[in-house]
Amino acid sequence: MKNSIAERISDFLKGFPPFNLLKEKHLLEIATDVNIIYLEKGDTLYKKDEAFHEYFYIVRNGGVSLYHHDTDGNKHMVNINDAGDIFGVRPLIIKENYKLTAIANEESIVYAIPIDLFQSVTKNNVSVYKYLITSFASNAYDPYTAEENTKIFVDYLPHTSQDIVNFQTANYTKNPVCCKETATLKEAAIKMSEFKIGCIIVVDDKKHPLGIITSSDIKNKIATGLFPITTVVTNIMSAPVISEKNDLTVADAQLKMIKYNIGHLCITEDGTPNSKLVGVLTNHDVIAALGNNPTAILKEIKRASRTKTLRAARRKANGLLISYLEQNIPLTHIINIISQINDAVTMKAIEIALEKMPTPPPVTFSWLALGSQGRKEQLLFSDQDNALVFEDVAVDKYEETQNYFLELSRIVTKSLNKIGFEYCEADMMASNPAWCKSISEWKAQFKSWILNPDDKAILLSSIFFDYNHIYGNQNLEKELTDAIYETLEHTSLFFRYLGRDALKNPSPLGFFKQFLVEQDGEQKDLFNIKYRALMPLIDTARLLILSKQVRGINNTYERFEKMAELEPNNKELYESCAYAFKALLKFKTKQGILHNDSGKLIDLEALTKEEKLKLKRCFKPLHDIQESLKLRFDLANF
Amino acid sequence: MMWNWFRKKYNNNHPDFWKAYVDSFDKKNKKSIQETRFVAFDTETTGFDKKEDRILSLGAVEIINKTIKANNAFEIYIKQDVFKPETVKIHGILKDGDLDKVSEIEAIERFLAYIKNDILIAHHAGFDYGMVNEMLLRHGLGKLKNDFIDTGVLFSKSKHIIYHENLKKHYTLDDLCKELNVSMADRHTSIGDALITALVFLKTIARLDKRNVLKWDYLLK
Repeated sequence: MKNSIAERISDFLKGFPPFNLLKEKHLLEIATDVNIIYLEKGDTLYKKDEAFHEYFYIVRNGGVSLYHHDTDGNKHMVNINDAGDIFGVRPLIIKENYKLTAIANEESIVYAIPIDLFQSVTKNNVSVYKYLITSFASNAYDPYTAEENTKIFVDYLPHTSQDIVNFQTANYTKNPVCCKETATLKEAAIKMSEFKIGCIIVVDDKKHPLGIITSSDIKNKIATGLFPITTVVTNIMSAPVISEKNDLTVADAQLKMIKYNIGHLCITEDGTPNSKLVGVLTNHDVIAALGNNPTAILKEIKRASRTKTLRAARRKANGLLISYLEQNIPLTHIINIISQINDAVTMKAIEIALEKMPTPPPVTFSWLALGSQGRKEQLLFSDQDNALVFEDVAVDKYEETQNYFLELSRIVTKSLNKIGFEYCEADMMASNPAWCKSISEWKAQFKSWILNPDDKAILLSSIFFDYNHIYGNQNLEKELTDAIYETLEHTSLFFRYLGRDALKNPSPLGFFKQFLVEQDGEQKDLFNIKYRALMPLIDTARLLILSKQVRGINNTYERFEKMAELEPNNKELYESCAYAFKALLKFKTKQGILHNDSGKLIDLEALTKEEKLKLKRCFKPLHDIQESLKLRFDLANF
Repeated sequence: MMWNWFRKKYNNNHPDFWKAYVDSFDKKNKKSIQETRFVAFDTETTGFDKKEDRILSLGAVEIINKTIKANNAFEIYIKQDVFKPETVKIHGILKDGDLDKVSEIEAIERFLAYIKNDILIAHHAGFDYGMVNEMLLRHGLGKLKNDFIDTGVLFSKSKHIIYHENLKKHYTLDDLCKELNVSMADRHTSIGDALITALVFLKTIARLDKRNVLKWDYLLK
């Protein structure tokens, strides 16, 4: 019987190793027995120590992460498999329980390939087995399994994600810029400035590396007058070069650089200078791989040309966040760095998307971050909220223009999702026609929210009023802000609505000063720190700052600090609100890291008495500021 | 009394496979959503008139616990006297052509054996359900007895409350593929659309599940 699904599966498989090494007839036979499995983000496909499945897997769409559990029960991500990557091949090689855990990193579809059938079909195919063994050895790259079995290298068992990075092979620059040994220094320097690079390799006719010239060589030896600019490169270069093979790990590279006190390693075919040059590894590459350094992460983001690289860079920022929190670095500093990184990631994602578009944008546009990213308070990965404003166009061009930006936004939101920012559940994203509009349409939209407030308008305002320009023509954002503040002068009703909204969440403490917890569902008995403590503060700060017509301050704590400046009478209250907000955000972030979620639901049972007290202390200013709102905006009977 | 009750279900002229199909609904018990077998199906037809037009092919896949087995897909092409050349460009099925085709009654027997008493899923289910029912009636059989879920309706329900006032009346399968990021390979073949419908169903369910509203009465409402 005809099986079109199997044909389509086989079409996909034949694009990827090891399936591309199989005969079409065998491939179709395998495809006929494939299971198509749908995984939600966070679904577990198999767990460490679970009995092996009768299948191995290939990612069809999405991404699946592999985790290693160390002896203390902590999880470390080893690798993310993307479309076309095979994983779970252990049972193909050894019939043993799994050593790693596979969890969907995003919504994914995977194909399960039956092992028995695969083996019977590929029995005599040596190249398939070579591929599988290599892939097994590198993918499961198993400092873990080998060690756990033999106990020989037990001292080197990696304990932190940093250690895992150290054991990865280093990513070097392929096809480095070179010059011949007969070239003059001037020629070499022109080439360096043309390619915007800091070093050039001098090679002989067979492309074997002879020496290296860096910017500092030019500074030290030419600019000082030691050699003329016409001198041949061999007079200036540092020689011999230090070389390595292409499989060296980050840790090895770092050791070698420290040992020889150099910043560049030449990668050659056999690892000696007497073979062909294939690449250069700089200390920047090493730092970028180690990554606990915001400058390196930002550089890596700027150099990224693919979503995959952006994702890796953003993940490093999470490592940074954890170590900052552990070191008790001030939260304002942490917020600044992480929001800079988030903005840079978004900017780069837009640039990459623009390149994918068939034509440049028809008119200028401004990409706005909304909600927590707009307020620059997003520390952990959370939902993406964004919108797009484009210049006004003629009526007959409107649809065409909007469609262009919708398509652009779809590419951007898709790659942000891949990086780790979940799609907004309420679809408040620029890819939604409702939130991708011309400047005039946006002005009209805000005007209608402000002048005709109803519950729905207020619900939306709480997200849309915290916008922040990320990319494109910033004048559009300014124009929109002007229009909004002008409209705000004509209303007081809007502020009363916002005020009522800020008070809608009941106080976090009950009459007897006990925590109010959720009453039903899965969240029963958990304390929702976001809705009961953070949101009221955020809403209050927004309302106050809008009513004072202050622009350009989006952070909740900065808004309270500004209010303290504007109203010295209430200075103490505003400052304690700013402090409470920071403390609560830090609390939520730490909980999020601990439980690998957004951190908004807190299990009170798991808190120490001291932590509970600390939380309660933060609620006092919240209570006081809510009382003052009632008076200020006359909300008692509203 | 007993006899009459049975007579209502089917008569003696009915073929055995129909009797078995009808009987299977007597002992149906509800399982959890995870364990339940869902069958996503689609028809390609000569047109949209339930009386005039005929089913050219039936495609279906089963879903158990988020998994679809390629070797248990259902794909069948039916010999028909009604033929409308103008629709060939949509479904690509020629009157003669090299596909193996079976008679209607054989297709019915095999389709019922495949779907059993499980829950059917289709996009704009009313049409496909109606076409199959017409085919059953032509052969003197009753209507389908399975519960069914329409992915178009289900998707509308999954949209966030703030958009409910301007929901589209009809979400085409193409709309859903775009919104849910499902590949449109083999669109407009019955088996291709059945697989797409199955994936759309799984993705919509996942969105509903996040909101904790995934219950049987919600799904089958």
